[in-house]
Amino acid sequence: MSSVKIKLNPKEVEKLKEVCVSFNNEAGELINVLHKAQSLFGYLPAEVQEIVAQELKIPVAKVYGVVTFYSFFTMIPKGQHPISVCTGTACYVRGAEKVLDEFKRRLKIEVGETSPDGKFSLSCLRCVGACGLAPVVLVGEKVYGRVSPDGVAEILAEYE
Amino acid sequence: MHLLVCGGTGCRASASDAIVGKLQKELDEKNLQDEVQVVMTGCFGFCEKGPIVKVLPDNTFYVQVKPDDAKVIVEEHVIKGRKVEKLLYKDPADQKEISDSKHMGFYKKQLRIALRNCGVINPENIEEAIARDAYAALAKVLTEMTPQQAIQEMIDSGLRGRGGGGFPTGMKWKIASQNHADQKYVVCNADEGDPGAFMDRSILEGDPHSVIEAMAINGYCIGATKGLVYIRAEYPLAIERLKIAINQVREYGLLGDDILGTGFSFDIQLRYGAGAFVCGEETALIHSMEGERGEPTFKPPFPAESGYLGKPTNVNNVETYANIPVIYLKGANWFNKIGTAKSKGTKVFALAGKINNVGLIEVPMGTTLREVIYEIGGGIKDGKKFKAVQTGGPSGGCLTEKHLDTPIDYDNLIASGSMMGSGGMIVMDEDDCMVSVARFYLDFTVEESCGKCAPCRIGNKRLHEQLDIICKGKGTLADMDKLRNLSHVIKDTSLCGLGQTSPNPVLSTLDNFYDEYLEHVHDKKCRAGVCKDLMQYIIDTEPCVGCTACARVCPVGAISGERKGPHTIDQTICIKCGACMDKCKFNAISIH
Repeated sequence: MSSVKIKLNPKEVEKLKEVCVSFNNEAGELINVLHKAQSLFGYLPAEVQEIVAQELKIPVAKVYGVVTFYSFFTMIPKGQHPISVCTGTACYVRGAEKVLDEFKRRLKIEVGETSPDGKFSLSCLRCVGACGLAPVVLVGEKVYGRVSPDGVAEILAEYE
Repeated sequence: MHLLVCGGTGCRASASDAIVGKLQKELDEKNLQDEVQVVMTGCFGFCEKGPIVKVLPDNTFYVQVKPDDAKVIVEEHVIKGRKVEKLLYKDPADQKEISDSKHMGFYKKQLRIALRNCGVINPENIEEAIARDAYAALAKVLTEMTPQQAIQEMIDSGLRGRGGGGFPTGMKWKIASQNHADQKYVVCNADEGDPGAFMDRSILEGDPHSVIEAMAINGYCIGATKGLVYIRAEYPLAIERLKIAINQVREYGLLGDDILGTGFSFDIQLRYGAGAFVCGEETALIHSMEGERGEPTFKPPFPAESGYLGKPTNVNNVETYANIPVIYLKGANWFNKIGTAKSKGTKVFALAGKINNVGLIEVPMGTTLREVIYEIGGGIKDGKKFKAVQTGGPSGGCLTEKHLDTPIDYDNLIASGSMMGSGGMIVMDEDDCMVSVARFYLDFTVEESCGKCAPCRIGNKRLHEQLDIICKGKGTLADMDKLRNLSHVIKDTSLCGLGQTSPNPVLSTLDNFYDEYLEHVHDKKCRAGVCKDLMQYIIDTEPCVGCTACARVCPVGAISGERKGPHTIDQTICIKCGACMDKCKFNAISIH
């Protein structure tokens, strides 16, 4: 499994099992369990998936299949400040690509990567529904509207 | 007196919650907190001019309000009764202030049925919804109508599914009601995935009760006692408001066992999506709710026969549901008089892109694109020339000047080579390259294809590669033929709606902008100046004063020249980022 291998401590394992129990260990609740697990750990490393599979009595391959199918689930830890550039159509026609290029250039990372110091990660998302503010960038939960390539440095400076 | 503050996603991103806080603080200081209520509502729709504050009862509509304006609103408007002129909307035609929203171009042609309560009620307070007739339709249906009568009313209304397909809602209910089982399900599809469409989110954020009420009516009609809302995890605010609303409805006894003493029981649970566009397709959505990968399956069997957990299931979209309560209150004959012959009622569109008034609008079916773009939308941004409007998201097509006077309805849009879809409407101007736009949509489809069937998984990838080759100036005329052939094969052989419609952006741009493709292939030219490989940035030595601004901003050091002397760009180093052109104050840099 090509994901980060970590060692969960017994307390974390216990917590994860509690999540599974709260959904009655039902295989049909797999997606809800994964949502909870990701909010617990920030991402879904291999070990988490193995425990979920064990508890829900389903093959690990199935868990992995679901995790990789949905873009909301990630197997790579996000940065301290996850940056998402909206590449929905409205943002695209108002220049989101140039903004994205500027983030890549300044952070020296590609989409889907995390900066070596773990501070920033970069991703694209499709439409946050704030098309009036296009192009839109999210840093964590904070929304930045009408971002221009020139404004990228300013946004990053807020988190330095 | 009420001060309504927009709490939609766009306005919240521009600090509308801080406006609420400041208004409350000002009122508290002046000891007016009992006289004036500050209410955070759902979306007003006019996102371009947000954040919006509306004062009731005099209907004053303040635009682009900042938190610091709270003081002047309270001191001038609330206390002295004088309108704050600087915050009023100005008519772009004559710069005159308009204080009542119903006189603004943006609202004049609109008819709000699905959005009737958005921006009017506090979505977190059920009493405000009830004051606007929420749950009156449920009471009427449960006490005065049999399920068969209620279904007939829905058929008579002519309402068609607003999620994209346009299947008649009443017929769908009738089929589900005729299948017998020990348990049936009603599902609300709130997995709004079209980039650039956000009406379902606005409805759930602004008026969740209309959806809950309609689902209960739907349950009564088909004999289901359980409802599920499949909602995107990316919509935290909508989820929160829906949860609050469901709890309040339960407390009022309008959900749960024996509703209003009629013996009918119904309850609603939430299920979360996890970011997969294909889950908007109903069979994929059902698999996702069962905890599986969201892959579509062949129909038949239709969900009405065998859906969630193998039981008869009726799936409708959020906007469809939002129309339903008011149809029962005002009657099918009221509703079917609005719209065109085969498309009744209104449609909500998310107007975005290169247009002056970005926002959420609702117009009667049959309104023309020209009315939407020029009268409601206020025309093209920065006085540029209109080029195309894309409807229907990644499944739709690009319409041009010649389609502007076509009345919008399901059938006309399909006849024009596009489709209604969920109602995204992206306007493009002369600076948009149509080949790149087609590639953009294919990029989306390639990423979102579930991979189950080969035509969609492999075919779309190949289509994307062909488009990429053309954008890079390496395409031939044969590639254009390949594009068209492959598109038809994908359409004819894909399993679900995603693959069957994914080549539409390619086919419609090939049909309507053939010249532009030809220029890319034959002349190696991109007239919009978007395709980087086909252009060069060149400094005109005459206007260049040698200020060195461009050389300093160039990220790769491709620009050289003496101070106060003309500069030049080394084309072998240039990465065509455009930074120099943005920086030049003397318009000396142009694209060739």
